[in-house]
Amino acid sequence: MRSASRILSLTILGFAIVIMGLGSGLSAAPAQAGEVPLPNPAKAFKGEQCVEPIDVMRRDHFEFLKHQRDETLREGIRGKKYSLNACIDCHAVTSPDIAGGKLRTLKPFCAECHSYAAVSIDCFECHSGAVQPGIGSEIGKQSALPPNHEQLKADKALITLLKGHLDPTSPQGGTGQ
Amino acid sequence: MTDKTMNTVDSSPVDATKRTLLKGGVAAAVITLAPGITLRTVEAAVTGPATQAKRWGMLIDATAPEGVWDLAVEACKAEQGWGSDHNKSGKANAATDPQWIRKVSIKNPKTGAKASLPVMCQHCANPPCVDVCPTGASMKREDGIVLVDKHICIGCRYCMMACPYSARSFVHEPVEMQKPHMPRGKGTVEGCTMCVHRVDKGQQPACVEALNKAGSDAIMFGDLNDPKSDISRAVSKYVTQRIRADLGVEPGVHYRGI
Repeated sequence: MRSASRILSLTILGFAIVIMGLGSGLSAAPAQAGEVPLPNPAKAFKGEQCVEPIDVMRRDHFEFLKHQRDETLREGIRGKKYSLNACIDCHAVTSPDIAGGKLRTLKPFCAECHSYAAVSIDCFECHSGAVQPGIGSEIGKQSALPPNHEQLKADKALITLLKGHLDPTSPQGGTGQ
Repeated sequence: MTDKTMNTVDSSPVDATKRTLLKGGVAAAVITLAPGITLRTVEAAVTGPATQAKRWGMLIDATAPEGVWDLAVEACKAEQGWGSDHNKSGKANAATDPQWIRKVSIKNPKTGAKASLPVMCQHCANPPCVDVCPTGASMKREDGIVLVDKHICIGCRYCMMACPYSARSFVHEPVEMQKPHMPRGKGTVEGCTMCVHRVDKGQQPACVEALNKAGSDAIMFGDLNDPKSDISRAVSKYVTQRIRADLGVEPGVHYRGI
């Protein structure tokens, strides 16, 4: 009798666990859908063409940076094709999370995909990533947008935003200088 | 377990196809992009690598007026961005804050003779900091400049203990708005780089340039391997010495008048 009742109670417990599991599974499924938005990094300031095709950059940018950082620091080879400063030239953007949106840095651009892909490594524990005199600072003095940017498929709102960045008189623009 | 293994094996051809498709896509993108659009290239001249043909060094004239060393220290701070690190409550801590270069006053207790001199990384030919570094972060360039590769520095501070000149510092506080040429970060060790970013461009280190602008040649910088360079001539002309030469670390920094 004792063992039979134990079996019974265990069975009931088991059912309860299964039901709970199903319930939580059912309730979690719709909540997860669409919770993590796809990364949508900002367009580059100086046009559409990076130092490599976009597919290559997306896949291998860290290889380029890592390889060249060693060459630069350890061997003293400077002025080659890839560099973090060149990234800042084109991709530094503002974010409300950083200095109240008043500073253009590379961080939000990188974080866009890195947070989506759960990449924890980034360069900004040591590199400031910010626009500074000589790096990205010529933006604002001359238009960084391609001449035909109005005809490009880029979002109008984005262009307005970029213009805001480029205009030194606007509250956002020219902050890095 | 078997089922899982089977599943993995089954799915691998799919992955392979996916990968091939992706590769094809990339190749196509390269082809279509290549003829039409010119690459955005700001092809600055590539310089380097550093070679053993050069041996960068300094000659410091300790008989110069004491005030010039403060100028050199301030120039270093301004160039490299150290000296304003603060903890959370906004306070500096003299015991732990980084010191890339410092003014040291010495006195001969017997004669009373005094001198003042700057001490920074001596850029040894046989650097003890490089010997002890467990990760290879502490390194010497071919041209004799001793650096920390902060990408792989783990902050163990062995190099700080090994250095006879206390020339290395550990970054205790978070750092913000670093100079583009000098990334600095909490948890790594740092020290005088002999302004390697300037030297590679053919310029003088910041401290030397600041003193030159102020009309002083108390610190001379140049190539010790080149017998015609100013520093080589000066080293052959004057009696110079290196601090703790008895250790055999062969510093690249020479002193006059101590």
